[in-house]
Amino acid sequence: MTDKDMLFDYLLRLGDNSLILGQRLAEWCGHAPMLEEDLALTNIGLDLLGQARMFLSYAGEVEGKGRDEDRLAYFRDTKDWRNLLLLEQPNGDFAKTMARQFFFDSFQYLQFEALSNSSDDRLAGIAAKSCKEITYHRRHSSDWMIRLGDGTDESNERMQRAIDELWGYLPEMFEMDAVDDAMVADGIGADVAGLRTKWDAYVNGVLAEATLTRPEDSWSVRGSREGKHSEHLGYILAEMQFLPRAYPDAKW
Amino acid sequence: MSNETKNEHPLYEVFIRSKNGLDHKHVGSLHASDAEMALTNARDVYTRRSEGVSIWVVKSTDIVASSPEDRGSFYEPSDDKLYRHPTFFELPDEVGHM
Amino acid sequence: MDVIEQELEELETAFQAKVDAEQRIEPKDWMPAKYRQTLIRQMSQHAHSEVVGMLPEGNWLTRAPSLKRKAILMAKIQDEGGHGLYLYSATETLGTSRDEMFEQLHSGKAKYSSIFNYPTLSWADIGAIGWVVDGAAIVNQIALCRCSYGPYARAMIRICKEESFHQRQGYEIMMTMAQGTKEQREMAQDALNRWWWPTLMMFGPNDANSANSAQSMKWKIKRQSNDDLRQKFIDATVPQAEFLKLTIPDDKLAWNDERGHYDFGEIDWDEFKSVVKGNGLCNRERLQARIEAHDGGKWVRDAALAYAAKQKTRNAKAA
Repeated sequence: MTDKDMLFDYLLRLGDNSLILGQRLAEWCGHAPMLEEDLALTNIGLDLLGQARMFLSYAGEVEGKGRDEDRLAYFRDTKDWRNLLLLEQPNGDFAKTMARQFFFDSFQYLQFEALSNSSDDRLAGIAAKSCKEITYHRRHSSDWMIRLGDGTDESNERMQRAIDELWGYLPEMFEMDAVDDAMVADGIGADVAGLRTKWDAYVNGVLAEATLTRPEDSWSVRGSREGKHSEHLGYILAEMQFLPRAYPDAKW
Repeated sequence: MSNETKNEHPLYEVFIRSKNGLDHKHVGSLHASDAEMALTNARDVYTRRSEGVSIWVVKSTDIVASSPEDRGSFYEPSDDKLYRHPTFFELPDEVGHM
Repeated sequence: MDVIEQELEELETAFQAKVDAEQRIEPKDWMPAKYRQTLIRQMSQHAHSEVVGMLPEGNWLTRAPSLKRKAILMAKIQDEGGHGLYLYSATETLGTSRDEMFEQLHSGKAKYSSIFNYPTLSWADIGAIGWVVDGAAIVNQIALCRCSYGPYARAMIRICKEESFHQRQGYEIMMTMAQGTKEQREMAQDALNRWWWPTLMMFGPNDANSANSAQSMKWKIKRQSNDDLRQKFIDATVPQAEFLKLTIPDDKLAWNDERGHYDFGEIDWDEFKSVVKGNGLCNRERLQARIEAHDGGKWVRDAALAYAAKQKTRNAKAA
């Protein structure tokens, strides 16, 4: 991999994370537990979609083969997607959606805080702008973790189950591979492995306040950066990419 | 009230300062389980187009309001005190703006 | 005439005088019981329409053909939710609760605009909804900005301001498709064919058959008649369709120089009644989706309240 290839891959990871989670949140539209929450979820979805567009546009430019944000979003198959496995997991109930959001928000917050100091100005700019959005996302999902954890018996059970079901997808967030190492070495990327301690401290604090139990690290899955995804991603793409693929000559 | 029996989230009134230098203005209401949720909901519902720099939320039941029947006793007594308004005083044009 | 009746008559006269003088009625002001009921019915129906209206468009959100279109559509559907919320809030000032309104919607007692019982079958439907359905709604809503009930009028002003981009985005989708490939043009025409007549029905029955209209006009809850608003919409929309080179599916549609308006064909009111009665393609799905969201979300709302109660107790103890 050349430096350019690595930066391209790195930007895809960032953009794909935002896009796939935004796509998942879009599924909630019109179905949230209350109207106010419908507006909150779409606000977060819109932020994520905005991030995705900035990263994918930049990725396309770095690659230099004429692919724009839509070409990258609509014409890549499963093996070329770089989003974390956590984010392609189905929404489940509101507890599961919020748990997924919370784990990722608190990760992305730290990741983007680091990236806002990137030596790559454009990347730093996107990260700094997004960091403000994510600060709000994290507040929103943390509030819900605490409300549902320390709410009723039913909500506590549902939230605990959600955490247990998602726990094994979390270690992947902190994995470093050759691309990460190279990006860190160049001062472009974030050392995500190094963020784990801070993330643990924040997450443990919220879980404790929410009277939720931090699960044992008994299982974990990985592979998204090599294009090894769960079966869910294929369906997300089938739905998302349908129109441009069915009518490849059309402009929309 | 039906709200309590049915476990509906209480109603909050939302006031927004659109920019520094202006007063907070009532923009509408929403439901929330507590003050923090009311504040974040207000942000999501009422500032989607950068309408604000500051938000107040207050439980609707905490607002004390005058009633329309008080109109006579509250507001009409000031109607005959025209000397409170600058236009009450006629000054010659030569004096200029005052 | 006893004293109470006489008092009531005086109040009603004073109320009508206030309305005639274009003064707004505010929540705590005295108002005839029927005025209150009519407003609750109309405003809650309007709120329900906004919220149910999120569903046919939400149906395409995950399949929007570009990221830009996806973002625009998401923002638009979010606005619809916001508008529902403004309207529920305004209705609550009349002494009903949002939960009561939901119950009426879910039990079938309250209606919502029948237009949302039609399915969105292609991406062009998203264009058609923005262009003609929102276009029709805006004509209605601009008239309502001068409604005699203050909270309703204020909600409408806010909504009209926010809606101004909705129709444009729909028209832009139609324009792109009408000027696109053969398949896209066909999709655009097909969408217009399916949405045109149901859109005209949105304005309600002809004036001659509109039971509540006269009283609502007198109370200035309604400011223009159904037929006038419908005509206004048609006159504005025909040139827009011509620009797109799309055909409005009405043989009788023709400019009438004498009237200074377009003539148009008779609406199939039997179809309208049939869809209202439950024979639309999506009546059951739409209602079921709303019921599931509300009932399915009960545990979330209960948890939030339970947490708030615990916090209150803790804070009281700490103090």
